[in-house]
Amino acid sequence: MSKPILEMRSITKTFPGVKALSDVNLMVQPGEIHAICGENGAGKSTLMKVLSGVHPHGSYEGEIFFEGEPCEFKDIKSSERRGIVIIHQELALVPYLSIAENIFLGNEHASGGVINWNETITHATALLARVGLPENPQTRVADIGVGKQQLVEIAKALSKEVKLLILDEPTAALNDEDSGKLLDLILGLKSHGVTSIIISHKLNEITRIADSITILRDGRTIETLSVGGEPISEERIIRGMVGRDLEHRFPDRTPDIGEVVFAIEDWTVHHPIDQHRKVVDGVSINVRRGEIVGLAGLMGAGRTELAMSVFGRSYGRGISGKVVKDGKEIRVRSVSEAIGHGIAYATEDRKHYGLNLLENITRNISLAALGKVSRRFLVNDHEEAVVAERFRKSMSIKTPSVREGVGKLSGGNQQKVVLSKWIFADPDVLILDEPTRGIDVGAKYEIYTVINSLAAQGKAIVVISSELPELLGLCDRIYALSEGRLTGEVPRGDATQETLMRYMMKSGD
Amino acid sequence: MTTIETRPAAAPVPPPPSPRRGIGEFLRDMIRSNLRQYGMIVALGLIVLLFQIWTGGILLRPLNVTNIIQQNSYILILAIGMVIVIITGHIDLSVGSVAAFSGATAAVLMVKHNVPWPVALVLCLVIGAAVGAWQGYWIAYVGIPSFIVTLAGMLVFRGATQYLLSGQSIAPFPTGFQKISNGFLPELGYHTLYHNPTLILGAVVIAGALGQEIRDRRRQASYGFDTTPAWLFAAKCVGIAAFIAVMTLLLASYRGVPVVAIILIVLFIAYAFVMRTTVLGRHSYAVGGNSPAAQLSGVKNQRVVFLVFVNMGVLASLAGLVFAARLNAGTPNAGSGFELEAIAAAFIGGASASGGVGTVLGAIIGGLVLGVLNNGMSLLGIGTDVQQVIKGLVLLAAVGFDIYNKKKVGS
Repeated sequence: MSKPILEMRSITKTFPGVKALSDVNLMVQPGEIHAICGENGAGKSTLMKVLSGVHPHGSYEGEIFFEGEPCEFKDIKSSERRGIVIIHQELALVPYLSIAENIFLGNEHASGGVINWNETITHATALLARVGLPENPQTRVADIGVGKQQLVEIAKALSKEVKLLILDEPTAALNDEDSGKLLDLILGLKSHGVTSIIISHKLNEITRIADSITILRDGRTIETLSVGGEPISEERIIRGMVGRDLEHRFPDRTPDIGEVVFAIEDWTVHHPIDQHRKVVDGVSINVRRGEIVGLAGLMGAGRTELAMSVFGRSYGRGISGKVVKDGKEIRVRSVSEAIGHGIAYATEDRKHYGLNLLENITRNISLAALGKVSRRFLVNDHEEAVVAERFRKSMSIKTPSVREGVGKLSGGNQQKVVLSKWIFADPDVLILDEPTRGIDVGAKYEIYTVINSLAAQGKAIVVISSELPELLGLCDRIYALSEGRLTGEVPRGDATQETLMRYMMKSGD
Repeated sequence: MTTIETRPAAAPVPPPPSPRRGIGEFLRDMIRSNLRQYGMIVALGLIVLLFQIWTGGILLRPLNVTNIIQQNSYILILAIGMVIVIITGHIDLSVGSVAAFSGATAAVLMVKHNVPWPVALVLCLVIGAAVGAWQGYWIAYVGIPSFIVTLAGMLVFRGATQYLLSGQSIAPFPTGFQKISNGFLPELGYHTLYHNPTLILGAVVIAGALGQEIRDRRRQASYGFDTTPAWLFAAKCVGIAAFIAVMTLLLASYRGVPVVAIILIVLFIAYAFVMRTTVLGRHSYAVGGNSPAAQLSGVKNQRVVFLVFVNMGVLASLAGLVFAARLNAGTPNAGSGFELEAIAAAFIGGASASGGVGTVLGAIIGGLVLGVLNNGMSLLGIGTDVQQVIKGLVLLAAVGFDIYNKKKVGS
C-alpha cells in the first residue's frame, strides 16, 4: 500500500461540557474516495472542521499529517494553501454575485487590487467545462438551481489546486438526477488524481463510489472498511454505526397509556422558499394519554419541520392536513392558538428559538403562560418569582438565584428552563425536539426523569431525537421519517437501532 | 462540568443553600447587576456637579432648573417612546418630522379654523396615533425594516408639514394652549417664600414614592424573598426623598412646577409601570430580546411591534404640541434633529442597539444628561459646534463603556 496522503492521529476535540471527538484516527490513501459514516452527532463534521482549520491548531489534541508532513492549520486559508478544500453542507456562495465571481471569491485574478476580468472569465469557463456545467460564468448564482450551485462549489475548489476535496453531505439538497451527476463528477475527479472525503447519510451513494469507509460513533473511530474485492453491504455499515450499551442510562418507567389525545392526519408542508418542495409529505401520527412517542429520522427528514408546522404554523407554507385533539379537529393557525389547545413545543435550538438570553430565569419560565401570573394584563412579579423558585427546586436548576440571566447557565440547566417554561404552560401534548442535545450525561438523566414523570401525569409526549438509543430507552412507540415521509412505525418491543436505521434511510420512492 | 452520573441515582440535587451574604458582597452583586443604571445616575450627578462649579452656581438656580425642564421636555417625551421602540429591536427616525407635522396641524386647526384648543389637542394626538399605525403597519405586518419605513416617514411628514404651513410659520396660539409648555401650576393660599401647590405636590410625590418602595419591600418579604438590608433600604428611601425635596424646593422658590413637568412625571410613572408590570411591557422585552423565541412562546410579535409604533406616534405628536406651544408657533422646520437626540438619550440611558434591553428611567436620565450638557455648555458660552462634538463623544463613550463591560462579564 502506498503512503497515505492524509493521516489524522488521536484527534480529541472538546466543546464546553461535551467531548465531540475522542482519540479519532483517520487514514486516507492518495487517489481514493473515502467515506465517513456515522449518526448525527457522531463527530463527522467536527472532524472535518479540525482537518480544514475551522477549529484551529491548538483547539484540539492530536496530530495531522498531510503528504507526510505534520500540519498545524490555523484557519481555512492555511489548509487551502496545502490543497485541502472543504465544501460545507450549507453552500457558501454569494447569491447575487456571478458564477465567475463566486469561483474566485477571496482568490481573485487581480493585480494591485484591480480584477482582470478577461482572465477571470476565461479561467472560470475552463473550470465549468471541467465540472460539466454548461452555464455562462457571468450568470448570477441565484439564478441557477441547487444542483448546479453544488457544481460551482466544486469548480471553486478546483480553482484552488485542490489535492484533497472534502464534501460534507453534498447530495443532501439534491434530487436523484443531480446527485447522480455529482457522484459521477467525483469519480471523474478521482481519475484525475483528486482524493476525496465524502460525508453522507445516503448509504447507497457510499457503497456506489467509496473505496474505503471510516465509521464514527459517539466521537470515536469504530472501524475503517476497505472495499477490496467484494462490495460492503449497507447492513454492514449500519451495524458499525449503531450498537451501543443501553444499560442504566434511562430511568425505569411503567407506562400507563390511555386513549388517543392528539393526532396529525395527512400532514403536508412545503418549503417556505422553494414552494414546490414538500418537506413533510402526507404524514399521519398519533399519541395517546401517558404515552411517549418518538420521531426518528436523519437530518433533513422533516421532523422539526413537522413539529413546528403543527405548532401554530411556525414553519413552512402550503400546509395541509388535520390536527385532531381529543377526537375533534382543532384550528392551530397561530402559536397562541396552539398553546390555547394545550400543545407545547420545546425547540431543538434553545439559544435561537427557546430562550431570551438577555432575560433572567424567572421571566423566561413565565413567558409562555404570563396570563397565569397576571391579572387584567398586570404581571404579578412576586407570584412569578414564586413560580420560578418552585421550578428551580423541582427541576433542580443549578443557579444561585432565579433572577440570574439564563445566558450564564450551562446547556443542561438552560434546557431545564425551557422545559419549565412549557410545563408551567400546563399543556396536554408536549413536543420535545432534541431535549438532550448538547448536554452532559448526568443532566440527560435528570431530563429523562422529568419526561417520564410528565407521562405519568397523563400528558401525551412526542420526542424528536437524533440519538437512537435515547428513543429506544425513552419511547413506547417510534415513528421513522425519511425525506419528509413516514417510513415506519415500531412499538418499543420490536425496535432496535438496526430496524430504525433501515427505516430512516429508506428512500421515499 | 460536574461528574458524570451514569447510574440511576441522579437524585435531585438540593438547591444551593442561600448563605447570609456579607454587606460588601451584597453591594457588589447589586452594583454589578444594576451597573448601567447606577452608573448613569452617578454620571448625571457628576455632570451636574461639574457644571454647577464651572458656572459658578448658575446651573442649579431655580430659574435655570425650570429652564432645563422646559427646554428638554419634548426630547424627554420622545425618549420615552423611543426607548420602547428600541427595546423591541426597532428604531424610529421619523419622530422629529411627526412632531413638526403635529405642531403644524395644531396651528392650522387653532389659528386658521379657530378650533378650541382642547379639541385640537386631542385631534392631534389621534392623528399621531394614525401616523404611528401607518408606519407600524409597514414594519410589523409587511416586514419592511423600521429604519427604511421611518426614514420614508421622516421625508413624508416633513413634506406634509411644509405643505400644511405653505412654508411659513403660523402663530399665535391661544394662551390656554401656550400654558402646556410655558405655564406653571397656579399659586394658592397665603403668600409664603415658596410656591404652595408645588410644596404640596412635592410632599405627595415623596409620600407616593416612599409608599411604593415600602409596599414593594413588604410584598417581597411576604413572598419570602431576600430583601435588601434595612440600612440600605433606608438609605435608598432617604436618597429618593432628598432628591424630590430638593427639586421641589428649587422649583417652588421660582414660579412653581411647570405644567410640562407634571406631564413628564405622569408619563414617566405610567410608562415605567407599563414596561415593568404589564404583559404588553413584558412582551416588548421578549420580542426585542429574541423575536423567534417570543413568537414560539405565543407572543403576538406583530401586534406588539404595531402597538409600540402607534404609541410612538402619539408621543411624537405630544412632543410636537409641547414644542409648538413653547415656540408659540407652528413652524415648517420644527423638530429637525429631535429623532437623533431622542435616540441618543435612549442609548446613553443603557438601551441596547440590538434590542431587548433598556428602561424608561434610563432614557429619562440619558435625556437629562444631554439636556444638562446643552444647558451647562451654553451657560459657559461654548459654541454649538463644540457642543455637538462633545455630545457625540458622550454618546460614544457611554455605549463604548457598555460594550466593554459586557465583554468583561462575558469572558
